[in-house]
Amino acid sequence: MVLGILAGAIRGGTPFLLVSLGECLTEKSGKINLGLEGALLVGAMSAYAFSYRLGSPWAGVIAAGVTGALMGLLHAALVLRPKVNDVAAGIALLLLGSGLAFYFGKPYIQPSAPQLPAIALGGWATTAQVKAALNISPLFVLGVVLAFAMRWFFKSTRWGMHVRAVGDSPAAALAVGISVKRTRLVAIVIGSLLAGLGGAHLSLFYPGAWTEAISSGQGLMAVALVIFARWDPVHCLYASLVFGGTQAIGPALQAVGISTGYYLWNAAPYLLTLVVMVLTCSRKRTLIGAPGALGTPG
Amino acid sequence: MTTPTTPTSAAKIVEEPSSKRWASRFDWRRVGESLVLTVGASVCALALFGVFCATQGANPLEVFGAIYKAAFGSAYSFQNTLVRTAPLMLAALCTALPARLGLVVIGNEGALVMGGLAATLAGLQMTTSPQWALLTVMTLAGLVGGGLWIMLCGLLYYQRGVNETISSLLMNYIAIAVLNHLVNGPMRDPTSLNKPSSLPIPEDKMLPMMGETNVHYGLVFGIVFCCLAWLLMEHSTFGFKVRMIGGNIRAARMAGLPVAWIGLVTCFLAGGAAGVAGMVEVAAVHGRANESLAAGYGYSGILVAFVARHRGLPIILVSTLLGGILASGGILQRQFKLPDSTILVFQGLVFVVILYSDSLQGRFKIFQGGRA
Repeated sequence: MVLGILAGAIRGGTPFLLVSLGECLTEKSGKINLGLEGALLVGAMSAYAFSYRLGSPWAGVIAAGVTGALMGLLHAALVLRPKVNDVAAGIALLLLGSGLAFYFGKPYIQPSAPQLPAIALGGWATTAQVKAALNISPLFVLGVVLAFAMRWFFKSTRWGMHVRAVGDSPAAALAVGISVKRTRLVAIVIGSLLAGLGGAHLSLFYPGAWTEAISSGQGLMAVALVIFARWDPVHCLYASLVFGGTQAIGPALQAVGISTGYYLWNAAPYLLTLVVMVLTCSRKRTLIGAPGALGTPG
Repeated sequence: MTTPTTPTSAAKIVEEPSSKRWASRFDWRRVGESLVLTVGASVCALALFGVFCATQGANPLEVFGAIYKAAFGSAYSFQNTLVRTAPLMLAALCTALPARLGLVVIGNEGALVMGGLAATLAGLQMTTSPQWALLTVMTLAGLVGGGLWIMLCGLLYYQRGVNETISSLLMNYIAIAVLNHLVNGPMRDPTSLNKPSSLPIPEDKMLPMMGETNVHYGLVFGIVFCCLAWLLMEHSTFGFKVRMIGGNIRAARMAGLPVAWIGLVTCFLAGGAAGVAGMVEVAAVHGRANESLAAGYGYSGILVAFVARHRGLPIILVSTLLGGILASGGILQRQFKLPDSTILVFQGLVFVVILYSDSLQGRFKIFQGGRA
């Protein structure tokens, strides 16, 4: 059972990881994007559709990235205008994204598309179960690399500093000649692209089929996860694994014959997010690591 | 106001008497601007939706005609629309009331589900009581169930600073999990095989239809709640305090308002309205609690609240329009082979365009001038 949860942590944690990295980048530039859930769904649908049509899962991954980025472009076009509330814009994109994904995804519910190949790290193992648990999605590897790369990017590169400056104090950034709008636009689009890739993992690796209930709020949980991770990309990696594991508890318990409260275990990731937010938020002190201008309009 | 306030809040406070004596000092510029922007945005959204339909091989004009016919074309279809309008109005209040405080609460679906569950639980305890008693208790249970659910979000916000949007959204999923747990386990009616449900409340004691129509009394609940919300928010001291907090929370604190208390009461009322929507769905439509409770009225309610700019009376109108559009989903599928998600695409388009129109506020000269 422990093995089941561990495998679930890696399999189920990958979308969390990619979406939370995307959200982390977006929030570092001072904007919130709740619409990543929409980008995730659109990404999952287009990945599946393109993989099915073109017969190559990698075409699907690229399509997911492109459609995710397009959703980001729309979000940026909204939130970079004056007087538009980030959160409301996110909900609008969530509705639109799920509408578009369900609409164009309808014909793809039945057929099965080629899946992404797994990277087998379990070659050394003797039991089949361990082997299966260590079959890792290439997108997970990408996510891990990205997490460390992004930490380096924020810490030691010029552009990373620009993003942080724009997120902490747009006025100061503007004063030294950084274009606030352009920086935020790029951050939002790339963030949304990553969410689209997270969707590709859902439909092309695990659970590995396109259904309308494929995401069930994972894109939204990622937003909370970024707060938990204190806006640090590497912490996003750890947090995603915890969330993926929590998701796997219900099915793992059922597999060993404990089915009481199966439906309640489905709520475990949401409850965990809520508890984490209650524990880590406080009215008194400002959140350590939070970008200074997060969520302010303009 | 003797306490020091910032310039913006001072302006806000000076403006207030206009709502007290609104008949004599009706601010036509503000109303006119929001009306023009909202109607203009809706027309743009319709046009965009028309383009979308055209790319999908359906004649947009025919689609609009079919939507109109299915929504308002005949007495029968209009009744069908009104049945969907009732929960929309109530669910929209769940976003609209806290919005006046400056909070974005989107826990409508969760509050609706919890209200429906609470109402069912209460109703099943007193199946032998007279109809009026049963329905009164169910309404109160729905109100309290939904109200406490959203009040918890408010409590987390005021006590711990937890973002209310994310917490209320997470609680939607938790509410649905609780619903699934209860109707699959402790509350399950063993005879409900295909669709696990609770035991039914007696059919002859359900919320009746109005007169000879197919419209149940839930519509009255909705209209009464929206009017009450309008009176409370626009024409009462409490509403004034709420708007003051929404305008400038620091100034409100300085003026000595119990910000957290007012916030919690508002959240309770907001959740209570959505809870009553759940009660109406159980008592008038389904007759029992099952997964049909989470039919998406909560999410559509968010859209209604934003389009109506969080005002009580416009919510009635917008809910009726959106109710009609929801009612036409079936026709689109049969006549044009457009899947049900078409309606979701349309809702998303409307939302995006309405938000875009927000950024145009103050851009038109004709609505400026006077005190603005």
